[in-house]
Amino acid sequence: MSVAPDHTPRMERLRPAERLGQAAPYLLVPVLVLLGWLAIGSPSSWLTLTVSGLAMGMMIFVMASGLTLVFGLMDVINFGHGAFISLGAFLGISVLLALPGWTAADSLALNLTAVLLAIAVAMVLTGLVGWGFERVIVRPVYGAHLKQILVTVGGLIVIEQLIHVIWGPDEIFLTRPEALKGAVTFAGAALEKYRILAVGFGLVIFVAMRLVLRRTKIGLIVRAGVQNGEMVETLGYRLRLVFIGVFIAGSALAGLGGVMWALYQEVITAGMGERMMILVFIVVIIGGLGSVEGAFIGALLVGLLQNYVAFLEPKLALVSNIGLMTAILMWRPQGMMPVVKAK
Amino acid sequence: MSEPILQLTGVETDIAQYHILQGVDLAVPAGQVTMLLGRNGVGKTTTLKTIMGHWRARAGAIRFAGEDITALPTPARARAGIGFVPEDMGIFTDLTVEENMILAAASGPLEPARLEAVFAAFPPLRTFWKSEAGNLSGGQKQMLSIARVMAEERRLYLIDEPTKGLAPAIVSTMARALRELKAAGASILLVEQNFAVARALGDSAAVMDDGRIVWTGAMAELAADAALQERLMGLSMETAR
Repeated sequence: MSVAPDHTPRMERLRPAERLGQAAPYLLVPVLVLLGWLAIGSPSSWLTLTVSGLAMGMMIFVMASGLTLVFGLMDVINFGHGAFISLGAFLGISVLLALPGWTAADSLALNLTAVLLAIAVAMVLTGLVGWGFERVIVRPVYGAHLKQILVTVGGLIVIEQLIHVIWGPDEIFLTRPEALKGAVTFAGAALEKYRILAVGFGLVIFVAMRLVLRRTKIGLIVRAGVQNGEMVETLGYRLRLVFIGVFIAGSALAGLGGVMWALYQEVITAGMGERMMILVFIVVIIGGLGSVEGAFIGALLVGLLQNYVAFLEPKLALVSNIGLMTAILMWRPQGMMPVVKAK
Repeated sequence: MSEPILQLTGVETDIAQYHILQGVDLAVPAGQVTMLLGRNGVGKTTTLKTIMGHWRARAGAIRFAGEDITALPTPARARAGIGFVPEDMGIFTDLTVEENMILAAASGPLEPARLEAVFAAFPPLRTFWKSEAGNLSGGQKQMLSIARVMAEERRLYLIDEPTKGLAPAIVSTMARALRELKAAGASILLVEQNFAVARALGDSAAVMDDGRIVWTGAMAELAADAALQERLMGLSMETAR
């Protein structure tokens, strides 16, 4: 093939204000942390609240990441996502309760093995239930939002009732494995060991998701599918299969989030996932539909703000996240980093 | 005329309550460039999208390389060897140029020789290889959309208005790339409003009106007959030049 006449390559350069606008979502978390430091005053309290907020944010991110991709890929609104959170918590905690010798042992290795086993069981089984949920409940209502809301809420109720049938109607209390109990002191602040672990674990999940989405072909297909599914199919990829995979992975991540939340709260109920869905939806909306990075930043903002406000003005804690969502949507009506623009 | 690689027989397509294609009969010969011409809104884009499976044919049959593909989903049609460049280009703007090209090679890794050919045809794509496609200019996006369909061997190319809204210099680059494809023996069904490009590239032409093919013949015959152009499309190529 011969060489075409060259055109001086030119890219439409962004103005500084536009570049700042693109970077702004990434700056929100450090800005909020700084504001928290100024408002709280006490460095040790600020550090404790910041770690707690980050831990909470990471857990919400784990729960929300699958939901945002499911919406982005196939335009499916899944109100049943909360059921996977509850189910994951019950499955994981059942494993831990069945291994009292491992969780009560004064051995970090045994404790962590028990937790990892609980997570593995919860993720695998929740993923399988997610597969069935997609096949039986979601698939018949593709493209029909109102029906999706109705049937996925129905699915949520059915799974919650099944949890009642299997595990009973009462809440179940648990204690964390020995190694995860207590706190470490750093710079005069008491930092719960489990919260530090949750921050680290959430970061690992986020980095792993980013690597899969950015460095693998399946990740490329998912990112492209969120933006323009029809074109992905035009290139020869069966988006339906990709979506099923993402739905299963999203359900498994919700199950993982459920286990993490259960260990954080040390109590589980069938309705815990349903209650978490308020925060999960806020995160998905303010992050921008279809954006894993947006969900990550949104989750950290939600976790930090809730902890700071609960400390500074407890009466406002409940409405702080609604206020955050309102402010962000007034600033960016499609969320901070929307990927789904044309749907 | 050689054996058609694509044959549409009585194809009808509805979009919502509108009956857009009203019995399209069209043959695209192998190894040739077939121009699909007509006024705006007569069904040219819908014809391409029906062939690709974006819209389902309500009636009629689509045969590709001897196989009936009327009921096949879009990915199966793509895997059978049909490449499509839509009018809106379909670029993944949040992905880099490189990622767009990697994705376009659905059956395996990008072949280096093929990639070099793409760079030779569209040099700016090499320059902006690692840049987000959303930051490219309109002409560069169109180059990427054509480059993407060249990322793999295709048996048929469906290309919808590749020069629409482009500067003359970019139009000549597009025309050159399409000529190269044609010289390599590709079968192309091309919707094009730029008559100079159509005349230069087309071997045969099919003119649509009101959801049907109303004329088929050699492109040279249509290009030479101003009265025929006026009758079929409402203007002649001479006046449009």
